[in-house]
Amino acid sequence: MSTSAIKSEESVGWREDDLDVDEMILNMGPQHPSTHGVLRIELKTDGEVVRAARPHIGYLHRCFEKHAESVDYPGVIPYTDRMDYVASMGNSLGYALAVEKLLAIEPSPYVQAIRVVMAELQRIASHCVAVGTYGMDIGAFTPFLHLLRDREKILDLFEWTCGARLLYNYNWVGGVSHDLPDGFLRATRQFLREFERVTHPELMDLLIGNKIFVKRTAEIGVIGKDLAIAYDLTGPNLRGSGYSYDLRKDEPYCGYEKYDFKVCVGEGKFGPLGSCFDRNWARALEMAESAKIVHQALDALEKMEKADVHEKVPKRVKPAKGEVYGRSEAPRGELGYYIVSDGGVNPYRVKVKSPCFTAMSIFHVAAKGMMIADIIALIGSLDVVLGEIDR
Amino acid sequence: MDAKAIHERLAGAFGDKIAAFQGETLQPFAVVTAAAIAEVAAFCRNERDLAFDNLMNLSAVDYPKEAPPRLEVVYHLFSYTHRHAFVLKVQLPREGARLPTVEAVWPVANWHEREAYDMFGVLFDGHGDMRRILLPDDWQGHPLRKDWQDPDFYNGMHVKPTQQMAERFQAGEAIGVGPFDFTPPNKHVDE
Repeated sequence: MSTSAIKSEESVGWREDDLDVDEMILNMGPQHPSTHGVLRIELKTDGEVVRAARPHIGYLHRCFEKHAESVDYPGVIPYTDRMDYVASMGNSLGYALAVEKLLAIEPSPYVQAIRVVMAELQRIASHCVAVGTYGMDIGAFTPFLHLLRDREKILDLFEWTCGARLLYNYNWVGGVSHDLPDGFLRATRQFLREFERVTHPELMDLLIGNKIFVKRTAEIGVIGKDLAIAYDLTGPNLRGSGYSYDLRKDEPYCGYEKYDFKVCVGEGKFGPLGSCFDRNWARALEMAESAKIVHQALDALEKMEKADVHEKVPKRVKPAKGEVYGRSEAPRGELGYYIVSDGGVNPYRVKVKSPCFTAMSIFHVAAKGMMIADIIALIGSLDVVLGEIDR
Repeated sequence: MDAKAIHERLAGAFGDKIAAFQGETLQPFAVVTAAAIAEVAAFCRNERDLAFDNLMNLSAVDYPKEAPPRLEVVYHLFSYTHRHAFVLKVQLPREGARLPTVEAVWPVANWHEREAYDMFGVLFDGHGDMRRILLPDDWQGHPLRKDWQDPDFYNGMHVKPTQQMAERFQAGEAIGVGPFDFTPPNKHVDE
């Protein structure tokens, strides 16, 4: 097998003869607080201006796809949790939906409503981290504390339900692992009230509407709609470029078509459309929409009879030969699972299309011509989680 | 357009470079000959009624036991304009698999193709940056192939720590709080 394509000396990095007289190489990471994990970036700089950038990923590679081939279908779920560890519910939900499509089973409306509650709470928690750490990256410390306080409350709700705070193993194939505990609906409403009345308006005033924040982010990192689609940006990154597309609206799953919510897009209020500000704007607004969805799902759950959440969980998951591409709207964008079954108990192949992976691949385009300090603002606005990029 | 219509459109334009339509599956697909994939991809994106402006996913799958043994490269296309999806597949020999890149059509393919090269050893001709992406640059071999054997050492480090621990344990050394069950997890699943 030919491996002539690798030129190992090239892959190490740029060398001196690649540089012009005024240029210098600056290395960022892999251990850098603002790269959101172990990401290494090489920057070719001319003074403060970045001429070219080259991200190096793979530091957190844990062979997810290889592992998935060696365990059975339900056994993959804990591994999916560990990809995007800031939003585990979304990962396992996407996987469960894909396998259910392969098996042609549909969980009961009760289970679907629970999944919606969990997925949307997770979206709020995940955006809390995304927007909070983004503020912190560019120098606003306080909003981070306020948002993490609320995320903590969501994690408490999750812990109460399934015993785990970060890696839940909650969405099973055909159901969920635990029914909601008594009092969960009330506690969640209590949390949502606080979130909608206090934290979210506070976030909009303190951070998003802050003049310094706006000036810092509204002119930089502009990604147009066509470029975003060509590089397969999805989720809030795509919507930040002003294109309204949301799988929950456009290809509904889990009964999302029953809920009334708005797809939040960047509006280019303070600068060109598709800037770092717009991506965060989309995220911040989305949090309120998610809270609205949770309210409606809780209403639906109140009207429903309690049902067995394991009712549709198959004793043995053994899909017929075939393949499926399932995608769902995870907090960071469109998470795709390409699953190939050979009729056995283990998946033959599981490929994950990670939204962060494709978002990171646009980085070198967007970074060209930016100032070094703005690079930090760009990485944060793409909201990448390295665990999911490297899998 | 539904998948059948898309396939007819492609077959009409490319004739025998597109194999027969596979519509009996969960996701209908068309098999394209390796040499034609870049043309077909450009056609898919540029034709107004197809307008596949988005490459959702690009992956490879290894089938050593099928007849003939092959690697498949799978392209999941999506059109934001028309909201339809389609799947293209390219079948390649397992040894010396190479095909043209579609990077010029969908820039996102750059990283996906690097991953396919990294994990399966598929070479993409015309790709601007054909390096490993997830694994270390000095890694040998392509681990998502089905006949992959884990090496014992990587740069002098033990790659299979459980095996190393088992050996030390069997040699009578007290490690941790053992005894441990060193059976790989999938061996517990009764066939």
